[in-house]
Amino acid sequence: MIRKLFDIIANNAVPAVFIIISAFAIPLSGFSASYLVQELLTRIGRNSFLILSLLIPIMAGMGLNFGMVLGAMAGQIGLLLICDWGIVGIPGMVLACLIGTPIAIVLGIFCGHILNRAKGREMVTSYILGFFINGVYQMVVLYLMGWIIPITNPNLLLSRGYGVRNAVSLSGIRAVLDNLIPTIITNPEGAKQFLNINGSGSFLLLQLPFFDGAIRLPLATFIIIALFCVFIIWFRKTKLGQDMRAIGQSQSVADSAGIPVNRTRIIAIVISTVLACYGQIIYLQNMGTLNTYNSHDQAGMFSIAALLIGGASVSKATITNVFVGVVLFHLMFIVAPMAGKNLIGEAQIGEYFRVFVSYGIIAIALVLHAWKRNREREAARRSLRGNKGGNA
Amino acid sequence: MSDNNNAPLLQLDHIGKEYYGNRVLSDISFSIEAGEILGLVGENGAGKSTLLNILFGMPVISSTGGYEGSLYLDGKQVNFTSPTQALAAGIGMVHQEFSLIPGFTATENILLNREVLNGSLMSYVFSERVSTLDRDAMKARASEAIKTLGVHISPDMTVNEMPVGYKQFIEIAREIDRKNTRLLFLDEPTAVLTEQEADILLIALGKLAKSGIAIVFISHRLNEVKTLCDRILVLRDGKLITDQKASGLTTRQIASLMVGRESLRKEEPVEIPDEPVEEANVNDALTTTVKKKKKKPALKVEHLWVDMPGETVRDVSFEVQKGEIFGIGGLAGHGKLGIPNGIMGLYPAGGKVRLFGKKLTLNRPRAALGRKMAFVSEDRRGVGLLLDEPLDWNITFTAMQMQGRFLIGIPHIFQLRNELAMAKETRKFIESLSIKCTGPNQKAGELSGGNQQKVCLAKAFVLRPDILLICEPTRGIDIGAKTLVLDTLKEYNKEHGTTIIITSSELEELRSVCDRVAIVDEGKIAGVLPASSPAEEFGMLMMGEKLRSALAYTE
Repeated sequence: MIRKLFDIIANNAVPAVFIIISAFAIPLSGFSASYLVQELLTRIGRNSFLILSLLIPIMAGMGLNFGMVLGAMAGQIGLLLICDWGIVGIPGMVLACLIGTPIAIVLGIFCGHILNRAKGREMVTSYILGFFINGVYQMVVLYLMGWIIPITNPNLLLSRGYGVRNAVSLSGIRAVLDNLIPTIITNPEGAKQFLNINGSGSFLLLQLPFFDGAIRLPLATFIIIALFCVFIIWFRKTKLGQDMRAIGQSQSVADSAGIPVNRTRIIAIVISTVLACYGQIIYLQNMGTLNTYNSHDQAGMFSIAALLIGGASVSKATITNVFVGVVLFHLMFIVAPMAGKNLIGEAQIGEYFRVFVSYGIIAIALVLHAWKRNREREAARRSLRGNKGGNA
Repeated sequence: MSDNNNAPLLQLDHIGKEYYGNRVLSDISFSIEAGEILGLVGENGAGKSTLLNILFGMPVISSTGGYEGSLYLDGKQVNFTSPTQALAAGIGMVHQEFSLIPGFTATENILLNREVLNGSLMSYVFSERVSTLDRDAMKARASEAIKTLGVHISPDMTVNEMPVGYKQFIEIAREIDRKNTRLLFLDEPTAVLTEQEADILLIALGKLAKSGIAIVFISHRLNEVKTLCDRILVLRDGKLITDQKASGLTTRQIASLMVGRESLRKEEPVEIPDEPVEEANVNDALTTTVKKKKKKPALKVEHLWVDMPGETVRDVSFEVQKGEIFGIGGLAGHGKLGIPNGIMGLYPAGGKVRLFGKKLTLNRPRAALGRKMAFVSEDRRGVGLLLDEPLDWNITFTAMQMQGRFLIGIPHIFQLRNELAMAKETRKFIESLSIKCTGPNQKAGELSGGNQQKVCLAKAFVLRPDILLICEPTRGIDIGAKTLVLDTLKEYNKEHGTTIIITSSELEELRSVCDRVAIVDEGKIAGVLPASSPAEEFGMLMMGEKLRSALAYTE
């Protein structure tokens, strides 16, 4: 009984710590509820897709896919090209996805083949692979674009005539998905005020009686995320999903049952990479600017940190983990700087804290994973002996 | 089933196999009819696993040049090059290790990669793999397969929550569910089961055979083989020794057929230094027990368990007298290697080990070495040697670490290796053990297996141990070196009175060197016999038979 209770606490320790920290930090920050909810909704829309793309490799026993940055880079190349061609709005986003998909598939197959040669060390391999592909990406973006790959828009190029600038404005597609179905949540009174100002335009008004203030809901983005969740639930039920679960638990058994292990692992990584590509496009349409040489770097690390904060582990992650994680992680992002400023008079402390936390949490998750695996191995060895003797 | 009803289900015709010029199987011919249960027994290295590999189309066979002779299934010649082909032809195999997925339910495991799928449009566009699973149909099929075995296991139970016995049933259920399975190979299926579980399994197998499935049952438990099987085949040294009706054989006969090396028995009687009476008359066990109590044993092991992967020791107790050469034998995987490794602290272990009456701290190799025990590992290249270092380092390394020898300077503050002393000591051993090398500076990795083994021995001798534990002293070395290594051990024992414990898979070797030999079976000591006992008695012990005479020695 006590052991069970201990297990429950131990298994949910990370989210619990974050809830406690947030409980202290929220009042300290002095933000209003409507501000916090607005910020959170925006960030859920912005980040969830990226984080969801991590789930399938975890199911296939390949751990946290640090290689998702490969997909992010593919998406960014798509975005750069549509910026140059001046295609705006939803068509621009769709085209960026269409350009990114084949690149992501190729990168995914490449990554999958390499990970099949590094079984058991997928995470560190995919992490380093991210650096390597980053080098290739930089070569393409910094030297080939404007030279071999035609880029005509001078606003994109560095003054020397080739290579893309560090900051690219994505004004053409900024928030197009978020605002596709413009939605405002407010109370009846606020709704009246709103209608007086804007007229009964093309806004979808959701009225909540006791809600204070007014917030925008990126409804179209949320619908896409919901569809993605349905996809994952369906995927788990398919034969392919079942095979991935089997491989995730024991490659040798799956292999002897005739499941094509290597091929299935490559499929898992390709799906993850392509989805990360779409995720990055959704993320950047919300941000509105592309940081050509850095955006993708953060995508991987922050997504993984958020997933782990949501209570996932290297070998098990659910959709719930994604949403709990994205809420807690970003709540921290929002309130920590302000709480730090109000508490010590320095916003930097909050910034420091959140970077420290996101790297720290990944380190802890990896250590915990190794520890758990060792314990399981020992338990398996003990079980061979039956009930004779005691513990070592 | 077959258009040719006269042909046997499976027929082997003069099957043989060589690995790199090393003959492991020769001229095996037998056949199996539908519904027949065949018992296949043999020692380690008798060729059982090679035979299975051939029948199951394991890649290891084709990649090493295929096999000789031919295989007929329903009278048609077949040659499997992959397990998938064998499966498709209706040959099922239950391995010794469980190949189940721990987090999956019984249903999911039984139908692994043969799941019942819902039809969907997607499967036409992409592949079958994007269809969803029909869980209800899967459960129904799994329940039916379990029911055929006559056991009650919930199809929704996950495997890691099951008792060991259940797992074995799930494995077999998986083979039964394959509708075309006509021939089932079971490799040591009862090894992990309790007696009751094994009984249920045997009954279930009998039922299966009645339904027309032919079964090849491999077990080292001879009484099981005798009760279950219609016919018994004995393999020895790659040859088929006997193929006859089980009813005509006693377990004792089977055991002696398996071991069958009476001609090789040692001529001279064995001397047991401390217990001359024992060897003379087995029934005098009581008197000897009284005698034994007067002397303190060199090593006393009580209820030892060791978690060595693949060589689990469950509950082992024995005593070794001072100056004795004590052998530990048994089949591979039954834990004989776990005993010395556990005593030396290399794997997690528990229980009581007393050295000259004083308790030994387990799980700490340093503690064991500090008590003047030396160890020669079976893993010569991994544990035994520093392959990239010269011979003199290898030989003196442990002595330097443990006893502070071959060092000059002030202890604990500033010390240097005494290269001169090291080289001198090494030369001494190169000469006395006739190690073939260019000198003390040659790297250990460059030597042949036999010479490496001699270096390992020298490394142990340098420690001037009171007790020497040696695992597989002759594994992987040629015959000339074998005799030399064994003679060296005998000589060392005679000269220094060192107690030596040898663990080996080669029974003949143990019988020629040791005073007494303990046989380990399923992680426990099956019995201890004087080396002069007939080989078939050792064989019986290995096969899990209990001998009254042997038990007396164990006390």
